[in-house]
Amino acid sequence: MTQAIQAPTQSAVSSGATFTALKCKECGTEYELKATHVCEFCFGPLEVTYDYSKLSQTVTRETIQAGPNSIWRYRPFLPVETNTPIDLGTGMTPLVQANRLARRLGLKRLFIKNDAVNMPTLSFKDRVVSVALTRARELGFSTVSCASTGNLANSTAAIAAHAGLDCCVFIPADLEAGKILGTLIYGPTVMAVQGNYDQVNRLCCEVANSHGWGFVNINLRPYYSEGSKTLGYEVAEQLGWQLPDHIVAPLASGSLFGKIYKGFQEFIKVGLVDEKAVRFSGAQAEGCSPIAQAFREGRDFVTPVKPNTIAKSIAIGNPADGVYAVDIARKTNGNIESVTDAEIIDGIKLLAETEGIFTETAGGTTIAVLKKLVEAGKIDPEETTVTYITGNGLKTQEAVQGYIGEPLTIEPKLDSFERALERSHTLGRLEWQQVLV
Amino acid sequence: MSVKVLIPTPLQKFTKDQAAIECDGGTITELLDSLEQNFPGIKARLCDDQGELRRFVNFYVNSEDIRFLDGKQTSLSEGDEVSIVPAVAGG
Repeated sequence: MTQAIQAPTQSAVSSGATFTALKCKECGTEYELKATHVCEFCFGPLEVTYDYSKLSQTVTRETIQAGPNSIWRYRPFLPVETNTPIDLGTGMTPLVQANRLARRLGLKRLFIKNDAVNMPTLSFKDRVVSVALTRARELGFSTVSCASTGNLANSTAAIAAHAGLDCCVFIPADLEAGKILGTLIYGPTVMAVQGNYDQVNRLCCEVANSHGWGFVNINLRPYYSEGSKTLGYEVAEQLGWQLPDHIVAPLASGSLFGKIYKGFQEFIKVGLVDEKAVRFSGAQAEGCSPIAQAFREGRDFVTPVKPNTIAKSIAIGNPADGVYAVDIARKTNGNIESVTDAEIIDGIKLLAETEGIFTETAGGTTIAVLKKLVEAGKIDPEETTVTYITGNGLKTQEAVQGYIGEPLTIEPKLDSFERALERSHTLGRLEWQQVLV
Repeated sequence: MSVKVLIPTPLQKFTKDQAAIECDGGTITELLDSLEQNFPGIKARLCDDQGELRRFVNFYVNSEDIRFLDGKQTSLSEGDEVSIVPAVAGG
């Protein structure tokens, strides 16, 4: 699957470049396409702009389908110049029609976009990092870095290793063991910071001020975050060039939510799909739900919180794009809900038992919120609903340990097996009766 | 009351490329005025027309977000470290 990276002999194919500037989302000031992420005038976030008339003229469904089976089939919509981006087979993950889960919840047409099997590190972060590091190489960085709740560190370390870039990542010291091991294996420098993610983020901003590194989610953020648009493009393409009626996605910083929205809007703008109003609903863990609180209380600002939840990958107490997520949920007639840690564990189990997909705590949060929204009548059973599963359960095994039973230990004898089988049936019936009671 | 202020890259053109400076102020409000005196123009970047901190600017005193303290009225002590940080994405 991995393809060798060729030396970027045509690193600047400007004639083919479709991205034009960085633009402040707040005040509209434009900036050159450099490694910068904040408006100097109002501190608003910068976003990449494109030449959509050029895109309309050059991109068709056929040109996309003729591209690689990865996010790079959408290269004209991504902020890189090179014809040889870093491609480890990232993206084009399965869109699974989830009939058993749909029946359980009372929905008619439910799909799971399964980034639990994204390449190379089993989370949606491989999309954003592939874009960020391709751009980092174009901008001349030799060291890349990030502040991470785990998945981003895994991805940055792996893709930096593949691209031959030096890598230093910063994580909260109390992360799940699988996420730490899954970073160390690629040989980066790992700084385990004694603090929560928001403190790690602040420290990284200070480091970024004084070190000339490419921080994927700081000075490379405008490029990095564009990678999430591919989660919108792929769903549209995989639904047969149509948009769904409703999407449900996890909210951490709120960036992913906005980029799926942008992806849909861009496909409409260049004529790849018909215009359609898609409802956007977001999922947070109750132990870190600043965006859900702002939505519930009708506020247009997000008040930071101190995270306390098992859903560490989305435990961002001070979400940078929170206000934009609230805005999108409101204007699309969607919702933002939060669920307890117990509901998150049930969500992980429900997805595994009905669809054979083992997701991490962020996915458990999303499934639990999906369930809550359906039960509250906030998702119409007739709607074509897509739920985004963004990470893999094997990385957060601690979260479900103790909630999923134990194997039945038996002797290598037939009667031992028969006794155990009988016992397991009895256990099953007891559990079933408890559920009924 | 002298405190150390960490300046983010977008504002370093005001501080002659210095990433850290020493400044006076008993509260964040006073510190903002003192910064403006020393580096004219910097306050307008941090505060809106009503004088409120812009919504994408974060202030920390000794690593704590001032929204968990007393906001702009948060008091400062000799030797405190104040960090000005733009909002960043993450995960």
